Amino acid sequence: MSRVSLEVNGASVDVEVQPNTLLVQLLREKLDLTGTHVGCDTSQCGACVVHVNGQSVKSCSVLAVELEGAKVTTIEGLAQGGELHPMQQAFHEEHGLQCGYCTPGVVMSTVDLLKRNESPTEGEVREWLEGNICRCTGYHNIVKAVLSCADKMKAGDASAAE
Amino acid sequence: MEPSEQKAVRGVGHSVRRVEDDRFIVGRGNYLDDVKLPRMLHMAIVRSPLAHATIESIDISEAMALEGVVAVVTGKDLEAHKLAWMPTLSGDTQAVLATDKVRFQGQEVAAVIAESPYVAADAAELVEIEYEPLDIFVDPYKALENTETIIRSDKEGQADNVAYEWEAGDKAKTDQLFAEADHVVKLHTHYPRSHPAPLETCGCVADVNGATGKATIYLTSQAPHAHRTLFALVAGLPEQNIRVISPDVGGGFGNKVPIYPGYVVATAASLLLDAPVKWVESRSENLMSTGFARDYHMDGELALTSDGTITAMRCHITSDHGAFFADAQPTKFRAGLVHICTGSYDMQAAHITAKGAYTNKAPGGVAYRCSFRVTEASYIIERLVQNAAYELGMSPVEIRRKNFIKKEQFPYTSCTGFIYDSGDYDASLDKALEMLGYDEIMAERDAARAEGRLMGVGIATFTEVVGAGNSKEYDIAGLKMFDSAELRVHPTGKAILKLGVQTQGQGHETTFAQIVANELGIPPEDIAVGHGDTDNTPYGLGTYASRSTPTGGAATAVIARKLRDKAKKIAAHLLEASEGDLEWDSNKFVVKGTDKSVSIQDCAFAAYTNPPDGEEPGLEGVHYYDPPNMTYPFGAYAVVVEVDPETGEWEVKRMVAVDDCGVRINPMVVDGQIHGGLTEGYAMASMQYIHYDDDGNCVGGNFIDYLIPTAVETPKFELGETVTPSPHHPIGAKGVGESATVGSPAAYVNAVLDALQPLGVKNLEMPVTSGRVWEAIQAAKAAAE
Repeated sequence: MSRVSLEVNGASVDVEVQPNTLLVQLLREKLDLTGTHVGCDTSQCGACVVHVNGQSVKSCSVLAVELEGAKVTTIEGLAQGGELHPMQQAFHEEHGLQCGYCTPGVVMSTVDLLKRNESPTEGEVREWLEGNICRCTGYHNIVKAVLSCADKMKAGDASAAE
Repeated sequence: MEPSEQKAVRGVGHSVRRVEDDRFIVGRGNYLDDVKLPRMLHMAIVRSPLAHATIESIDISEAMALEGVVAVVTGKDLEAHKLAWMPTLSGDTQAVLATDKVRFQGQEVAAVIAESPYVAADAAELVEIEYEPLDIFVDPYKALENTETIIRSDKEGQADNVAYEWEAGDKAKTDQLFAEADHVVKLHTHYPRSHPAPLETCGCVADVNGATGKATIYLTSQAPHAHRTLFALVAGLPEQNIRVISPDVGGGFGNKVPIYPGYVVATAASLLLDAPVKWVESRSENLMSTGFARDYHMDGELALTSDGTITAMRCHITSDHGAFFADAQPTKFRAGLVHICTGSYDMQAAHITAKGAYTNKAPGGVAYRCSFRVTEASYIIERLVQNAAYELGMSPVEIRRKNFIKKEQFPYTSCTGFIYDSGDYDASLDKALEMLGYDEIMAERDAARAEGRLMGVGIATFTEVVGAGNSKEYDIAGLKMFDSAELRVHPTGKAILKLGVQTQGQGHETTFAQIVANELGIPPEDIAVGHGDTDNTPYGLGTYASRSTPTGGAATAVIARKLRDKAKKIAAHLLEASEGDLEWDSNKFVVKGTDKSVSIQDCAFAAYTNPPDGEEPGLEGVHYYDPPNMTYPFGAYAVVVEVDPETGEWEVKRMVAVDDCGVRINPMVVDGQIHGGLTEGYAMASMQYIHYDDDGNCVGGNFIDYLIPTAVETPKFELGETVTPSPHHPIGAKGVGESATVGSPAAYVNAVLDALQPLGVKNLEMPVTSGRVWEAIQAAKAAAE
């Protein structure tokens, strides 16, 4: 067992993990943060995407012991002060989810996209989503939600700047 | 009396945002793998690496010696409790854990129960099994010919590998029409083996309480009530002591309809060990062992007159079911509802025959996002009609129009015995062609052809049959296919609706509340919808085959109307008027010709505080709805593709989908269902395929080898609608969850074939991969030289 200290959704966490414990296992099994999902065995599906130090990663492909001092944000930590993140709101408004299983990963992934590219084209959104599988929506409304969120966040930034 | 609440009633026809999103978008859903109980143990299954082999010995000693292992269960252990075999939902039997031999790669042979899932998985590797290989059959035709190697040697009297034989229609009349035909069009094609692959795999947490005998089984189930009954029958547990809870389900698509061995073993283990036992499939286990779909080899023929009138259809199906016939089919319909294959066309006779084969593949044949084989049926007719157009020199539009069942012919009795409730096929095709700009697109295609480019336009105009039953004709394992709704309006006018159907992403918690809102005037946000818990919902057959809205939705509308009738008595009492003087106005009763009214909320309050003399207090009821007929959604899909002649890659340039599912409860949700279906149709047409090699190895057992579309490959969709209400459904709705999976594969394939038509390519098999297209182009070029 190894000891690792990190921050998860703003709270300090200090836990014993096995050297082979994956971040997704730490989150789901030790911290009961079950919003992060597992949909495959081979890092294809993206249901487990979380943020590590602000960047989206598949938590099934990161060892927990690598995360000493890291800041992890999961879907449970995305809404701030009772306010949904604009991406969560956009998914709700645009019907970007059905069964909801892929949703946490897709939302975390696309929040990172907009940090890197505040005005992505539809093609860029689709390319970015290559690592997230959804079996319900055909991606149509997911793409719509991301583009709508980008518009709203830009409009929000513009009005905040005024 | 409390003041009335007046809120907007957003009933049928409103794109109400989904209430279930509230928990899903913040990661607070509760899926099967999120269920965690005190003292819970974990199960891993030991699976056969071979496709067909006798089991010579099983040594569990090393596995048992691993620290943290609690038990190792084999077929012999289950046999002692008469649990080694279980009935399937289609009247066959399936091995829970193999005792005699294994019949497919990935079959369940033993199970390890341990303190953690990781110890269980490690111990599963330590179970030593000796096998003696047997001849392997992965080709259904070869399996059917063979009477030496009987895959189902367990079945008494089984002397071959035939799972079933079935037919529908009129052979004599069909033969006569074929003999008289001016032209016969033939197509042999394979609808390939595919897997629904919902993003959440299957699993269960079985919690049998040794003190009370109560078995609470959390299950990834599309049909919790039916599963409970089967558990009672299989395990001999008293049904009132079994509670099946289907929590949030991460997609189903038919994969979560059958009962799987893992559920039974986990329940037996929980019973024997007096502790909760969790089993969750890995993705590979899901793809290799549970709920395959399709695998229909079809020989279709159309008889036509020289002017392009279809007179008759023949279809013979060789169906590969794998080692066990373990999907759910209505008892009378062994090949499903594949005899809907006459589709949208008026013809005089049809004859459909089907032969099911046992092979050494995983059990298959589930209706993957389709109503009992309607997908395969729609595919064969829509491919045949396009071929007929080409052979007769007609346009694919013209031949369809010529043969469509006309609007005035509904209700229409098909020559295979279905009574189509309503339709307007011309209007649907008109709309699709208008949206596409058909004439311009065809001109563009012809211009592209003149330049040597391979551009194609494909059409499919499908008719589905969904919403089983009526209960006279349709049952699953004897359970009649009705469904139910229970509605209780509380004193404050807020309601709880409980359903026999179960959602896996379809949004029932929102849309079924809208049905109540429509009928009873209570806003959807004031209605909590419960489902998936057999202790707390009325009995129903579950959600698959697009049956929730046709059956459960109808039950909901009817019970809401019954409560409205009761509320009217209360309203008359409150208004001191006679019932005959009252009229209903969306959410209140009004005394005709006056401004005196009471709202439904007023009536609800009075039902508990001031009921009329002699009237039973409360405002509550349950309705079991037995539909008089199925519903028949239809649509017209048009696809434009361009094929790269050098690589065989094809790209969807346009995808226009016009659906008619009758009245739309929540247009936003309907569109979402269609987007998903169009994507799965595209997936089937272009990439999704699980292949077996000659040794019976599954070659698609993970998401690296089993290709499913990402956002990059998935086309963009243009949706349109026509609305032809179902005349027999209480609110005129038909069901829509599967239309696009059913209708679209033929549209995509027809488009690629249209692109290759100038080269003389006549057939392509799904999935239409770039490799297959390239080979077809090369073969056509070689033939032309």
